[in-house]
Amino acid sequence: MARVVVSVPPRARRGDVVEIRTLAGHPMETGFRRTQLGELVPRDIITRFSCSYNGVEVFRAELHPAVAANPLISFTTVATESGTLEFRWSGDNGFVAVQKAEMVVV
Amino acid sequence: MGRETRAMQDDDGFNPAVLWLLDGESLWKANCAACHPIEKMKGVAARYPALHRKRLINLEQRINLCRTEQQKAPAFAYESRELLSLTAHVGRQSRGHPISVEISDGNRSFFEAGKALFHRRQGQLNLACVQCHDERWGKSLAGTTIPQAHPTGYPLYRLEWQGVGSLQRRLRNCMIGVRAEPYAYGSDEFVELELYLMWRARGMKLETPAVRP
Repeated sequence: MARVVVSVPPRARRGDVVEIRTLAGHPMETGFRRTQLGELVPRDIITRFSCSYNGVEVFRAELHPAVAANPLISFTTVATESGTLEFRWSGDNGFVAVQKAEMVVV
Repeated sequence: MGRETRAMQDDDGFNPAVLWLLDGESLWKANCAACHPIEKMKGVAARYPALHRKRLINLEQRINLCRTEQQKAPAFAYESRELLSLTAHVGRQSRGHPISVEISDGNRSFFEAGKALFHRRQGQLNLACVQCHDERWGKSLAGTTIPQAHPTGYPLYRLEWQGVGSLQRRLRNCMIGVRAEPYAYGSDEFVELELYLMWRARGMKLETPAVRP
């Protein structure tokens, strides 16, 4: 099971711009490296990340082999109403990680 | 260390070593917490390497001793995810504590050996640790600033490694850099050098798990 960490402000005022940070534990193997015996190490990366806020997608990113291990993605959104943010990472070899966070908007 | 790196280190939302801390926390709860409440680990990392039956051991070896002697379980390999996570979790409890290793009659011989190693020229480049880290810190080496080599945040997340590593991994890097044959993980020489480095950094605050470039 992959380790993911998200930090979302637990409370925000309506209309505020809130910063959201996500960290996913993943080796992000590029697929360009070789072992000492010259064999290619197969690619194993996260290819997609998305965040939905009460079911509406507010942020999406496509990741490529140049991204370092344990990718940290930070973005902002506008706090409109109380609800759930759902984060989803997916990638090679069937990698999927989902995390949820609650935010109360006053 | 740059301003951005420090900001990353001090904020648990950004510090990538948090991924290891979480692993360490669950390993601790499953294997260690029955005997050792984690609160009791406050300040422990600031006192290591320490003596154990007249041998000098570091924190990793202390954890493995508990595993092999009390739990009758196989020791974790050096630099394994499990050992790094547990060490980071124990070290995290001492964040902000000043390093407080003391030199006594019991560990003086180890201390002197570590000090001698720090001052001994070695490798094809024939360099001693002291030449860079005491005499030339602050100057540039291939575009990076030479640090004073204070081990205040191990195990730490090194961006270059894209992962968490121990102090001994860093020491091996340095030895390979001067083209010396590095000692094995967990060797007495490294633990003695760790003791000298911790004594040299006495009073500085621990920042485990740190982030370095």
